[in-house]
Amino acid sequence: MKYVSEYRDKKFIDPLVDELRRTIDRPLRIMEVCGTHTMAIFRHGLRSLMPEGLELISGPGCPVCVTSSAQIDGFIDVASRDGVRVAIFGDLYRVPGSHGSLARAQSQGAQVEVVYSPIDALTLAEKNPQQMTVFLSVGFETTIPLVAATILEAERRQVDNFTVFSTHKIMPPALSALLGDPELRLDGLLCPGHVSTIIGAAAYEPLAANYHLSCVVAGFEPVDVLQALIILARQAREGRAEVENAYGRAVDWQGNLRAQKLMHDVFEPVDCQWRGLGTIPASGMAIREKFSRFDAEKRFDIRLTETPEPKGCLCGLILKGRKNPADCPLFGGRCTPLNPVGPCMVSSEGTCAAHYRYGRT
Amino acid sequence: MKMTETILLDHGSGGRASQELIKNIFLPQLTNPVLACLEDSAIVDTPAGQLAFTTDSYVVDPIFFPGGDIGELAINGTINDLAMRGAKPICLSLGLILEEGFALDDLKRVILSIQGACRKADVPVVTGDTKVVPKGKGDKIFINTSGIGLVDPGIQISGKNARPGDAIILSGSMGDHGITILSQRAGISLQGNLRSDTMALHRLVQQMLAAAPGAVHTLRDPTRGGVATSLNEIAEAAQVAIELDETAIPVKPEVAAACEILGMDPLYLANEGKCLALVAPEHAGRLLELMRSLPEGADAAVIGRVSEGPAGRVLLKTAAGGTRIVSSLTGEPLPRIC
Repeated sequence: MKYVSEYRDKKFIDPLVDELRRTIDRPLRIMEVCGTHTMAIFRHGLRSLMPEGLELISGPGCPVCVTSSAQIDGFIDVASRDGVRVAIFGDLYRVPGSHGSLARAQSQGAQVEVVYSPIDALTLAEKNPQQMTVFLSVGFETTIPLVAATILEAERRQVDNFTVFSTHKIMPPALSALLGDPELRLDGLLCPGHVSTIIGAAAYEPLAANYHLSCVVAGFEPVDVLQALIILARQAREGRAEVENAYGRAVDWQGNLRAQKLMHDVFEPVDCQWRGLGTIPASGMAIREKFSRFDAEKRFDIRLTETPEPKGCLCGLILKGRKNPADCPLFGGRCTPLNPVGPCMVSSEGTCAAHYRYGRT
Repeated sequence: MKMTETILLDHGSGGRASQELIKNIFLPQLTNPVLACLEDSAIVDTPAGQLAFTTDSYVVDPIFFPGGDIGELAINGTINDLAMRGAKPICLSLGLILEEGFALDDLKRVILSIQGACRKADVPVVTGDTKVVPKGKGDKIFINTSGIGLVDPGIQISGKNARPGDAIILSGSMGDHGITILSQRAGISLQGNLRSDTMALHRLVQQMLAAAPGAVHTLRDPTRGGVATSLNEIAEAAQVAIELDETAIPVKPEVAAACEILGMDPLYLANEGKCLALVAPEHAGRLLELMRSLPEGADAAVIGRVSEGPAGRVLLKTAAGGTRIVSSLTGEPLPRIC
């Protein structure tokens, strides 16, 4: 496949691995923030190529994984109401709440449709005017502008049977909360490529300054990841802690200003619960009052209550990079992709799912 | 306005409407001396020997898709299950479960396609059955086919027979069927020409068995769960390890591109006209050449080998030069969300 296979070609990879090995002069602990990075690193076998002394740990950057039990319970509550059809991204289907999942709700009569874009959910609403279609939305800055555009479109088309249940989250506040943990001992962040197309590389400057941490924006192909790791290793060697952009073909310094405006026109920051990380101030994006008729939480009067995480599940610590999946007593036994206990196992981009699928030897 | 003719509950009653369906739609397309007897069961002449017997049900959605439809799939799929044990298919059964309200024209189209697949494969349907369920209790049409085949003396093909050193040949490009169905279901129109690969493979297999008797140890058609899952099953059954070379596995560019968009790994996508052949290494070159000379195997390639490593382990050497585990599919492949 042109313009993709080049980024996966051994003849370009080998020299980069050599350069990385030569650049590292002390043990480094790097967190890949994004679930897509975790999956790409496993899928292309990059872990087997990493030089000694370079430890890659997976961060909280999978939106399904950080969706709290209470939020899933809220989704199931809405899905189980009469006259409601919910639309979701497929990864959400099997995520367990405190009792059951949307998959189970569907087997008991709830109408659950998997869509590939929020605009498909709006189309569903128009095709089924007697029902309320609720888009159960999880996602970071990559997804939020699309949902914002869909809400504006629903307003333009005057669709009254379409609402959004927003559990959107934004990355910088969560990273700040995470980096405040002294036990993390990180040397650098591999910053999420997709999110950065929207928020821009500049968004990481406060993190680099406040926590003296190298932040390098990376793409998702093997060449992208290696180039970013080389930059991180070089900064460590030279004692620098700066933001650099190694994904110039997709990300620029200020990000996508139009998408940012769209997001802020429709949504506003609120405190938000993250699975494993707790409630983080101003880390969620709720629908503004002006668009409240598209807000499922308001239309259905949903109140989320804190619920405890499943017993024995280490997802919280795994999301923070404090534990590895193999440390969890449930991993691979009671908790598998087919019967996930915690969210890191259920999403195809979750850390535990990646370790389960690619990592066991 | 002319009303569209549709399936009624009556068509499954066994009464006059059922008879009309048989007389007007099934027999004209599918007839042969055995089927035409219309007795309670078919009597088929076979030489004495080992019989292979298999059954499979087809519930694909959508029922018509680029490259095929549910009818063609139901014939080719069951023929392939017979072929994967080295059997020559002799005859098939055809069971239909129709939903009340299913368009008669669509039924005719499916039956015509079954006729085409049977003729092409030269395997007859010798017995059949039709039931109709109330609207909403089924989804248009479900098909079950069973097949009987004859296994020549001395032929022993089994997942258990894979041996260290065996070459692993894939008969063509991977993932065509799975990605075609998924992109249809997602309503995503992609550039290029995604088409199901549905195809009967019994002739390819018979020629391979004739060319190198005893050299073909294992055959498997990687349908649901894809190449990854089939190879895990074989590694487990034969208690061997498997090593794959990512750069050697044929994937069409349009399939690879669609997989990138939908977040799919082609190793897990269903194929309906491909087989994995695990063959003795000294015969691999000749068998590969033979496969490539036939339309069913034109894009065949050696994609890996069986090794003595830990039993049940499937390893992939990636294009990037790394290695990783290839595990079985767990759960339906779902699209990524960010």
